[in-house]
Amino acid sequence: MSGYDSALSIFSPDGYVFQVEYASEAVKRGTCAVGVKGKEIVVLGCEKRTTLKLQDPRITPSKICKVDNHCLLAFAGLNADARILVDKARVEAQSHKLTLEDSVSIEYLTKYVAGVQQRYTQSGGVRPFGIACLIAGFDSNDKVPKLYQTEPSGVFNAWKANAIGRSSKTVREFLEKHYEQDMSDEKTIKLTIKSLLEVVQTGAKNIEISVMKAGDANISKLTVEEIKKYVDEIEAEDEAEAEKKKPKTRA
Amino acid sequence: MDIILGIRVQEGTIIAASKAATRGISILKDTDDKTRILNTHNLVAFTGESGDTVHFTEYIQANIQLHTMRENDLELSPSAVASFVRNQLATSLRSRKPYQVNVLLAGYDVKTNTPTLNWIDYLGTQTELPYGAHGYAAFYCSSLLDRHYRTDMNIDEGLKLLDDCLEELERRMPIDFKGCYIKVVDKDGVRDITK
Repeated sequence: MSGYDSALSIFSPDGYVFQVEYASEAVKRGTCAVGVKGKEIVVLGCEKRTTLKLQDPRITPSKICKVDNHCLLAFAGLNADARILVDKARVEAQSHKLTLEDSVSIEYLTKYVAGVQQRYTQSGGVRPFGIACLIAGFDSNDKVPKLYQTEPSGVFNAWKANAIGRSSKTVREFLEKHYEQDMSDEKTIKLTIKSLLEVVQTGAKNIEISVMKAGDANISKLTVEEIKKYVDEIEAEDEAEAEKKKPKTRA
Repeated sequence: MDIILGIRVQEGTIIAASKAATRGISILKDTDDKTRILNTHNLVAFTGESGDTVHFTEYIQANIQLHTMRENDLELSPSAVASFVRNQLATSLRSRKPYQVNVLLAGYDVKTNTPTLNWIDYLGTQTELPYGAHGYAAFYCSSLLDRHYRTDMNIDEGLKLLDDCLEELERRMPIDFKGCYIKVVDKDGVRDITK
């Protein structure tokens, strides 16, 4: 203990607020979440922990939460902290609609969530949220997919594709290498799953995918079977790739 | 002076709400919709002090929607919605300035496959009825509904009875209410069938 991490609102001499740094560390320990934008859709995927033998999987809460009909939020980090933050976001989304008649824009909601996270880094008697969020969705006035990320410090950014949580660096590098502009729906979903497979060894049953399109009735959750189909496809492709390489090395 | 009427039939509940928005002795608008959709199977129609009505219903709507989001897209049943609305009005009644809003709640319970009609007034009276109305419509239509309502009616017969009620209102009531929006709540959700 250097003494600069006992109280939250205190800088260390070299300019760090340790509690916020520790919160980022909690994010890195959380399960991985990925967001990818395509031409017309945005896909959120995350790693799902295996349920224990006696656990009831039906009531295990999802890491991808619906904030409003046009907006999804995926998080990495402390689940319990996320519940509070997601609830604040949901209340703000409805309250915004109640006062202004329009649904919240994804940017506004991101700013709000980041704002709450920031507030918890500068007030007394509280601890920062140990979560990073990926916020995805569509605004009511256009059909352009949106994807934002927030951090425990309150920083927020817009992304074409990004990952948070455990091994997010590996996944982000993978996305950087394989991301293409204006991907088709199929391709976007596949890239999301493929990037997650970089860090999820156990395959389809430990992956959760939500796909979002513009317009009404626009959120769909992929079933394990559907994800399995993609996983098998990807594995087949990888095998074919490896097969192609083999003769070369022998020759 | 607004008209709201509800009739529950076998496969759904029919709601009629007058189109006129009045202030004092003037009609401001003849396309005013006095209903709000709370969730896929619940529709609320309201009358009362203008301003209070829309404010209150939209507050209810936001809360029902918020609940849907919180409970992972699980929607509240009509009886739960009715209890919530009643509770809000009863709380408001005991405040410094109560909402003066009366509502009819048309719902369809997807679990039990039953249509419902709930009558709630600003005092917090809540009753489940086969047919009901608020305001002057009740005076003119109750007898008609008592005489002609049957529990085994289908939507078409219900609409015919509703037409008779509206004809009675147009014939006997000294106020022009500019016709009605007619909506049905059934297993497929809420739909507008205004002619």
